[in-house]
Amino acid sequence: MKGNFIDNLPKIYGIYTGGFVGFIIIMAIAEQMGMTAKTIGIAFVAFTVFIYALIGYLSRTAQADAYYVAGRQVPTVFNGMATAADWMSGASFVAMAGGIYFKGYGYMALLVGWTGGYVLVASLLAPYLRKFGCYTVPDFIGTRYGGNLARFSAVVVLTVASFTYVTAQINATGTIASVALDIPFQYAVYVGLISILLCSMLGGMRGVTWTQVAQYIVLIIAYLLPVFWISNKMGAGFFPHFMLADEVARIGELEQQFGFVKNAAADLKTVPKGLAGITKAHSAVNATPWAFISLALAMMMGTASLPHVMMRYFTTPSVKAARKSVGWSLFFIFLLYSSAPMLATLSKLSLIDPNLPTGIIGKTFAEVEAIDWYQNWNQANLMFISDFNGNGTLELNEFFMGGKAVVLATPEIAGLPYVISGLVAAGGMAAAMSTADGLILAIANAISHDVYYKIIDPKAETAKRLLVARVLLVIIGFAGATIAAMEIQGILGSVIWAFDFAMSGLFFPLVLGVWWKRANRQGAIAGMLGGLIAGAWYLVWVRTGGSGFLGITQLTFGIFGSAVSLVLMVVVSLMTTEPDKATQKMVDDVRVPSGKSILGKSH
Amino acid sequence: MSNQQKHWEKTRGLLFITLAIWFVFSIGIFLFGAEMNEVTGPFGYPWTYWFTCQGSLGAFVILIFWFANRQEKIDEEFGFSEREDE
Repeated sequence: MKGNFIDNLPKIYGIYTGGFVGFIIIMAIAEQMGMTAKTIGIAFVAFTVFIYALIGYLSRTAQADAYYVAGRQVPTVFNGMATAADWMSGASFVAMAGGIYFKGYGYMALLVGWTGGYVLVASLLAPYLRKFGCYTVPDFIGTRYGGNLARFSAVVVLTVASFTYVTAQINATGTIASVALDIPFQYAVYVGLISILLCSMLGGMRGVTWTQVAQYIVLIIAYLLPVFWISNKMGAGFFPHFMLADEVARIGELEQQFGFVKNAAADLKTVPKGLAGITKAHSAVNATPWAFISLALAMMMGTASLPHVMMRYFTTPSVKAARKSVGWSLFFIFLLYSSAPMLATLSKLSLIDPNLPTGIIGKTFAEVEAIDWYQNWNQANLMFISDFNGNGTLELNEFFMGGKAVVLATPEIAGLPYVISGLVAAGGMAAAMSTADGLILAIANAISHDVYYKIIDPKAETAKRLLVARVLLVIIGFAGATIAAMEIQGILGSVIWAFDFAMSGLFFPLVLGVWWKRANRQGAIAGMLGGLIAGAWYLVWVRTGGSGFLGITQLTFGIFGSAVSLVLMVVVSLMTTEPDKATQKMVDDVRVPSGKSILGKSH
Repeated sequence: MSNQQKHWEKTRGLLFITLAIWFVFSIGIFLFGAEMNEVTGPFGYPWTYWFTCQGSLGAFVILIFWFANRQEKIDEEFGFSEREDE
């Protein structure tokens, strides 16, 4: 191939996409020829993970700026794809459609929150941090406010937030690997971890960038293909996003007809843990405005404070490119997020509509228990029926399902070939791996660059710095996997907590660092530590039976934490001396795109 | 007022407009979620439902690209845009 690697990107990923589609077709043919479902699942996961590992190996590097910021030469659109993969985790891919399926409107606050945050990223932070020329988010805090304590506080907040997040992602890779490869979860977690480390260890940010682009392509095909296929198969519409209004209305009708019967507590005790029934309206507004808005707001501010997302914009060639790249990121995220409610709609209707061949409500228990897919997913502990009223017919309130089943089981329920289920498993694996990679790298980079190099040993040579970075990567990965293997909390809950932790400690110190010249070191330290402690205290208080206030729940505690952070930062800044002339000049320089970056190319 | 101060003033103005539009689509409309959902909106979906599924999300995408273009114009106007293209 002529020209350098960057110029050939469209061609390289074009060939890659074609190859992946070819692989899907080969698997489809193999299925027709009698390949078993289990082999197809293994083939999908093994093949894709092998490709990622290969990309990770080819991207190996010994240079600091390639390792930390991919050499700052990632083109806008590709950085958008990489960010989208970095962003969309196992929670977005596997759990989101399920959440919408069960909770409806109240849950869809996450859709708005997890997209609206990018407006804040683009307008408040990304271009300015790119101009700054930092390697990590604490690098910005440490240089803007000055002093090791400010830098270290930022590392603490980053580690708390990202580590909460990463255990959930390793958990998700483990879940998928254990189902697809048919091995126990405790071992599958480490299989997932090794796949993750293969992508990031040799190439750092460069390796992660190019594997994330590859992972985005897999995950978006794996999400959209079933949605379009099911919609067409059901006759719901050729382009589901614009054509499901009748189906949404039909679900409303059926809800009216069946009614939401409340089950007795004793009956509910017999339902396996983690499964839920349909108890909330599909499209009606079923949350108070504040419950909806507070959750959306917490997720938006959290988005703008999460270091693994922010550092993706350090890799673009220019400030201008950083801004545009945020737009592309959100566009690629939008493709999946706008499809999740459609998948939830199709999945729900195909199960509950008695007029459809796939509908099971209104059938007898013997009939449902004889269905193949019901037996499979019942065995996997993701589906359950029980005749509470003893009339022999399945009612809406007698059917229970796990949230993950909406994405994982719907293709099978709708009668799609097994090759699609294998594809979906590969997509889920790609989503969880790409996010875990970004997170582990964010933590390891912050500790290796900001704690080791900037605070402990500023004279360290590049080779030694990168060795420390890689050792930390492995240690943090194993720590995350060990905690993930204990299965302390659910995937979605811990992801939401990570957003709250990040916004509690980092949102205002980052934003005011650019937008308020008067903000100083003392204020920033008070804001970071005070916000993090206040948020964590509120979470513990509510979890241990505290009543909370202003309707702030354990999912939105960041609103309290960041409010404390803002007040502390402003009050303490104003009570202490203003930043020196050099710092003020630095802020002025950050505000214009032209000219040299604040920190040198390699630092 | 120096060139740089003027540039920052305009940049800040653009930020406020961007945040105002962002506020409408992320918070404003959901203050009236229940009322708006009674009305049929684009493609036949109820209004609030459509905004949570597609409307607000799409608006954010368009808003960011619009913002990026406006900011580039401002940077060019005051001679602060980066010289070499990506």
